[in-house]
Amino acid sequence: MATKGPHNEDPNDKALNKGRREFLKHSSLLTALAVAPPHLVKAAESALDEKAAVYFEQVPLSLEVNGVHHKLSVEPRVTLLDLLREQLALPGTKKGCDHGQCGACTVHVNGRRVLSCMSLAVMQEGKKVTTIEGLANGDQLHPMQEAFIKHDGFQCGYCTPGQIMSGIACIREGHANSDEEVREYMSGNICRCGAYPNIVKAIADVKKGGHKL
Amino acid sequence: MGKNFFFDRNEPVPIDRVDGRAKVTGTATYAAEYKTQQIAYGFLVGSTIAKGRIKSLDTKMAERAPGVLSVITYLNAPKLPGYQTGKDPSKPPTAGQPLRIFYDNEIFYYDQPVALVIADTFERAVHAATLVKAQYEKAVHQTELDANLSRAKVPTGPRFEDYKRGEADAYKNAPVKIEQEYHHPIEVHNPMELASIIARWEGKEQVTVYTKTQGVEATQRSIAAAFKMPLENITVNAEHIGGAFGMGLRTWPYEIACVMGAQKIGRPLKLVLHREQMFTNVGHRPETIQKIGMGATTDGKLVGLTHEAIADTSSYEEFTEATVNISRFLYACPNVTTRYRLVPLNICTPIWMRGPGEATGAFALESAMDELAFALNLDPLEFRIRNHSDTDPERNLPWSSKHVKECYEMGAEKIGWKERKLQPRALKDGDWLIGYGMGTGSFGAFRGAATVKIKLEPDGKLLLQCSVNDMGPGTATMMTSIASNEMGWPVNQIKVEMGSTNFPPGPTQGGSTVTSTVGAAVQETCTALKEKIAELAGKAGSAFQAVKAEDLKFSATGISLQKDASVKIAYNELLTKNGLAALELTRESKAKQQQSYSMYSFSVHFVKLRVHPPTGRIRIDHVVSCADAGTIVSPKTAASQMIGGVVGGIGMALMEDMVIDHRFGRPVNNNLADYHVPVNADIPPVDVLFVNKKDPHTNPMGSKGLGEIALVGVAPAVANAVFNATGKRIRSLPITPDKLME
Repeated sequence: MATKGPHNEDPNDKALNKGRREFLKHSSLLTALAVAPPHLVKAAESALDEKAAVYFEQVPLSLEVNGVHHKLSVEPRVTLLDLLREQLALPGTKKGCDHGQCGACTVHVNGRRVLSCMSLAVMQEGKKVTTIEGLANGDQLHPMQEAFIKHDGFQCGYCTPGQIMSGIACIREGHANSDEEVREYMSGNICRCGAYPNIVKAIADVKKGGHKL
Repeated sequence: MGKNFFFDRNEPVPIDRVDGRAKVTGTATYAAEYKTQQIAYGFLVGSTIAKGRIKSLDTKMAERAPGVLSVITYLNAPKLPGYQTGKDPSKPPTAGQPLRIFYDNEIFYYDQPVALVIADTFERAVHAATLVKAQYEKAVHQTELDANLSRAKVPTGPRFEDYKRGEADAYKNAPVKIEQEYHHPIEVHNPMELASIIARWEGKEQVTVYTKTQGVEATQRSIAAAFKMPLENITVNAEHIGGAFGMGLRTWPYEIACVMGAQKIGRPLKLVLHREQMFTNVGHRPETIQKIGMGATTDGKLVGLTHEAIADTSSYEEFTEATVNISRFLYACPNVTTRYRLVPLNICTPIWMRGPGEATGAFALESAMDELAFALNLDPLEFRIRNHSDTDPERNLPWSSKHVKECYEMGAEKIGWKERKLQPRALKDGDWLIGYGMGTGSFGAFRGAATVKIKLEPDGKLLLQCSVNDMGPGTATMMTSIASNEMGWPVNQIKVEMGSTNFPPGPTQGGSTVTSTVGAAVQETCTALKEKIAELAGKAGSAFQAVKAEDLKFSATGISLQKDASVKIAYNELLTKNGLAALELTRESKAKQQQSYSMYSFSVHFVKLRVHPPTGRIRIDHVVSCADAGTIVSPKTAASQMIGGVVGGIGMALMEDMVIDHRFGRPVNNNLADYHVPVNADIPPVDVLFVNKKDPHTNPMGSKGLGEIALVGVAPAVANAVFNATGKRIRSLPITPDKLME
């Protein structure tokens, strides 16, 4: 009987994956060694094939997050969400489903809202990412953050970073011209506490304020 | 001491959520987000069968995958001493044997964890989890409630025996009667934050966990029982909880697995469930089949009411809730019979979900009330008023307070109830049919015990500490609001620290009890602090000789005499003169034994909606929810809590339904795209109205709980409005378009 994988992987992918690992770990390691730098050869000689795996699995990545430039080396399978939360110590962006179904992981990439759980980190080469941690200017909150507090647009606070990032984008996109329109264009962000009416009020308030967002 | 209750004199000022800034800036820290060195990542592998045994487990591939530190299965799991005793190692809120994770090869439900894969990165753990191979010896599973009704049994213990007041099943002889069956599917809590835990051992004796629990002390006790450790060696932290709605009311096997895994690898371990696992491993609101028989005289007085419910539980534990109890007291009825049964199935044990059984029960009862009113040709609101219970008919006690009639009146006015027609399909707007409906909710107004520590700094800053945590309603805001009212100090001078076993004991957050319990403790501790300040003032200077707290005016910087404001002393001086760096005191507070009143919160929900018969589409236009919850302590967060309950109730009414493919015993919609919950576009404007009258008996503030009644009664209000719009009585939730299409 097949074992259930966390992502219901396509069996073909799985076979490929397995093959790739076998390649790295066993038969073809010699081929790899021929083109590998000396420290890697040493690693392999010490039976540290894991380090070999690391070498082949990491790719360079250069991106800007909240105005800070990062030069990183990441595995291609790392999502932007996990990069932010687990490697860049920016856990303000939330993981709710890992499937692009809940909106909790919404960030801005080059100014547009993006689901960071559905975006691989390596796809962000040269891009500018803004997360909830990058919105306030020192102690001065972003108008959307202020409005969420004023209208109590949250309870547990877990979907809130995604709601705020989406709310700002919703106005920027020109999709905040009526409550109806806000509700429609904010429906990719689930709030299980049910703060929707207050979220709509907060966004309408910011839109009315005419701030440059 | 005299009457010192601010709530007698002042309306509390609405304050912003005190943790608002942390939540909108992303600095509020949830369980999986604590920084700790050398953290490893776990991922659970679930069984692919719903019943049987593990025949073989091959973990070699997973163990050899890069970065893997350990793969734990029943074959190599450390033997937990608490698991060996056989009986109730983690003292669950249920009868039976809680699932012992990695204990043996037996499978009780689909996706039951069979392995925990631990690696140095999340990605590596997830990948390695796909390499674990399991083979099973399959047995015949049972996951279908309907097909197993013959196995229904009365739960263990006296609380769930059949209830009879007056004559059994007396409704059968009433001049006008209805008899109907109502179905509630499996609902899943699905808080936005995934179930998450970090466990870190400090040496062999001490462990610290950060976890998604609604009660840090309950989790501490469960870990202590499983690992047979002294409580003081276990620290549980849960400052911010990303919603839970009941999911965090017990310690789940995955939490024990994480503590076990961290011990095994000798490194801190983080384990976050995948969303799919949130459907299968951390409880649900049980599927429930209910029958209501209800009869009345021709002039609309209830004669008899029989309410039966059969709900699912797991095959290893009995989960119970008060599904039928609401029928015993909500209306004046001389003859009431209730029966409650459970059917053990091959699924994870359920757990209370917001409103819990009362919400399920109210769907049946309040739908039936609407049906009988229609049979009597009576306005459903008028029918309820004619059967109002002026005292508690179940316990034969007066209510501590009950303002349901005011809720009826306020809500009817606000929704425009007078526009409603008795006959369905009477109101139209183009292709759409318009309907109005209402439903009543109720939940016990309980108060437990809590201890609060208060600290006054020389600069007049107040610090409050209690182990209670906050899954969203605004506990810290409520505590701040009460302290601010009691002391007369601005909110920004008050700080609350909570959500850790490092703080004095508080209650689990559940059952709408926290404001009553912790709020009362905050108030009593503040009162004690004022008395202590008066005592210290007496020692500090002759001007304050023998003063009492009520002789003093308290400000954020110091005190003065009520009768002469020029006689004053600053706190720093007061403390210095008494040789103190700060003033600290701790008080425990709990309810006095109160048997002479019956205490409940009540809610009435009104819904106006429209149905489009060609497509079956439902749009809710307006909801008005009225609460009789005593004094409203923190108006802004309370209103949000009510709105949230309404949204949850709309989900229950129109969308939520975990579908199991009974051929395999597994859910088919275990993700947030296929399991529908309300999104922003589904939710209309919601008006919240509070009676806001002090209950004289519940606690010093006169508050009653709010969290559950916000949801209880919403689903029947929607179902009743659908009937009023279309003439179709939908007795099986959720009310999806296919049930209404014409």
